Amino acid sequence: MNPIIETRQLKKEFRVRQSKERQPQIIEAVKGIDLVVRAGEIFGFLGPNGAGKTTTLRMLATLIPPSSGQATIAGYDLAREAKQIRSCIGYVSQAGGADVTATGRENLMLQAQLHGLSRRDAEQHTNALLDVLELEALADRLVKTYSGGQRRRLDLALGMVHRPRLLFLDEPTTGLDPQSRARLWDEVRRLRADGTTIFLTTHYLEEADALADRLGIMDDGLIVAEGTPESLKQQIAGDVITFGVKSSNGTRQKLEALFCQQPYVREVHPADNQIQLYVERGEENLPALLHLLDAAGLAVQRVALTRPSLDDVFLRKTGRSLREEHA
Amino acid sequence: MFGFWRETRLMMVRNLTRWARNPAWLMVGLFQPILYLLLFAPLLDSLHMPGVDQGNTLKSFTPGLLVMLAMNAGFAGMNILDDLHDGVIERLRVTPASRLALILGIVLCEVLIALLSSLLLILAAVPMGFRADWPGIALLFGLLVLVHTMMVSASYAVALAIKDSNALAAMASAITIPLLLLSGVLLPLTLAPASIRTIAHANPFFYVVDAARALASGEFGNPDVLRAFVIVGALAVLALLWATRRFRQAVA
Ligand SMILES: Nc1ncnc2c1ncn2[C@@H]1O[C@H](COP(=O)(O)OP(=O)(O)OP(=O)(O)O)[C@@H](O)[C@H]1O
Ligand SMILES: [Mg+2]
Repeated sequence: MNPIIETRQLKKEFRVRQSKERQPQIIEAVKGIDLVVRAGEIFGFLGPNGAGKTTTLRMLATLIPPSSGQATIAGYDLAREAKQIRSCIGYVSQAGGADVTATGRENLMLQAQLHGLSRRDAEQHTNALLDVLELEALADRLVKTYSGGQRRRLDLALGMVHRPRLLFLDEPTTGLDPQSRARLWDEVRRLRADGTTIFLTTHYLEEADALADRLGIMDDGLIVAEGTPESLKQQIAGDVITFGVKSSNGTRQKLEALFCQQPYVREVHPADNQIQLYVERGEENLPALLHLLDAAGLAVQRVALTRPSLDDVFLRKTGRSLREEHA
Repeated sequence: MFGFWRETRLMMVRNLTRWARNPAWLMVGLFQPILYLLLFAPLLDSLHMPGVDQGNTLKSFTPGLLVMLAMNAGFAGMNILDDLHDGVIERLRVTPASRLALILGIVLCEVLIALLSSLLLILAAVPMGFRADWPGIALLFGLLVLVHTMMVSASYAVALAIKDSNALAAMASAITIPLLLLSGVLLPLTLAPASIRTIAHANPFFYVVDAARALASGEFGNPDVLRAFVIVGALAVLALLWATRRFRQAVA
């Protein structure tokens, strides 16, 4: 598929002057990333606070100029063709951008019309979106009277009302209740089915896992891993199969020897009363393993098949856990 | 071009709606100048010079008051700071709409309200004895459009650069008060020492005040009029471009 976003060594440095020091401090928010997002996919950016996700999105949405590097978006050059890029994209910032002194409907109508829609189209899109995001009942109330989650839903609507080809969502589901989150996921999938490319950031491993076709894991200004959630997890060590065994040494050694002979078993980690295997395509190979045990007349007490999580991926790449930070 | 004016209009309507939702704010904006008139006009009485009736004093004072009103526009930037901090400006900047159109729409909304309040001021002055050359007043309103555009745009540009409403307010008063004093609105500069008069010539409002008085008396041919239009017109364009440039880069 064609790339809709392509960046080359995209970099952003911020200069901040701290009151005490004379010398301005330079913060390397994004340290030169090469990124490809393909047309029609949901691309997820996963990373801890301060990783540079928002900064990257803001550069790609033409809001702040990169310090160096290039990017092409929808075939247009970021440095020279910002206006053309803007007519292809929608952007929902992490902090939102609704005008609290206006009603939800007025916000949406203005945004749609500034994106070039006729009044009638703007009305039609607005109504459709108010329905999808369950905002009709609030549509004619001033935004300052909305709850946090209602306001977040309006922010999201503001980014999509003109039905852009490429939609940037910066932490779209933060602050949403589980039901609204599920509806948003559905909507994001529906948009993709209609051909929209979606580039979203998230802290939530489950969200990245469930929603994204491909993922970039970002840490400290760099993309440390990229691929489908499945391939990223497979890249670690395949699936994890845990056998519970009695500590009679004879059986254990036989089991270990047997496991090591299998080509799809990558690593064998014996522990006190269990043996842990990292196995390629665990679901397919577990029945075969059980069959082997049967044939050899070896008995195990328990079996568990688990997948490595994205957190394992993050841990492996950065030495830190994403979960701990958000626990 | 059609798109440009449509975008300008959309932004103007959006901001006018905002004003309309805040009646207290709107009332102060519209009627404050009338208050000035009611407070100051009796003072003019005491300045009463033999052989000059009050209508004539008003004739020179009312245009001056109109110019004074334009000083208030120096504080307009505070309105845009809410938008900046709420992320509204960034949201607008992601649309392909012309940046000049977006800022012009907001500026014109402020200009429109200021002109409305200027009109109320004139209407209030009539029963008090204000007589003027009406075509001249109409042209004076044309000049006021430029003056307000210049002040509002400059205020937006500064607001977007310093991003802090307290700092903006301090700066606006620090700049507008000397501009006011050096314009000859309050006290005629003919009384001032030569050095002050020289400085006053660097103040665009000096020319505006002269032009306003000339226009109120219907002196269209007065060179002060053309001079004021040229100077303020050029400054208004520059200020608008400055504000657009700031808007283009505005980050919360
Ligand atoms: N305007 C700015 N001026 C100075 N530093 C900034 C600015 N914006 C971001 N930074 C710094 O750049 C780094 C990356 O910030 P960014 O907002 O991109 O992170 P993020 O991945 O979006 O984090 P989060 O998950 O918390 O939203 C941080 O260290 C941040 O402090
Ligand atoms: Mg962020």
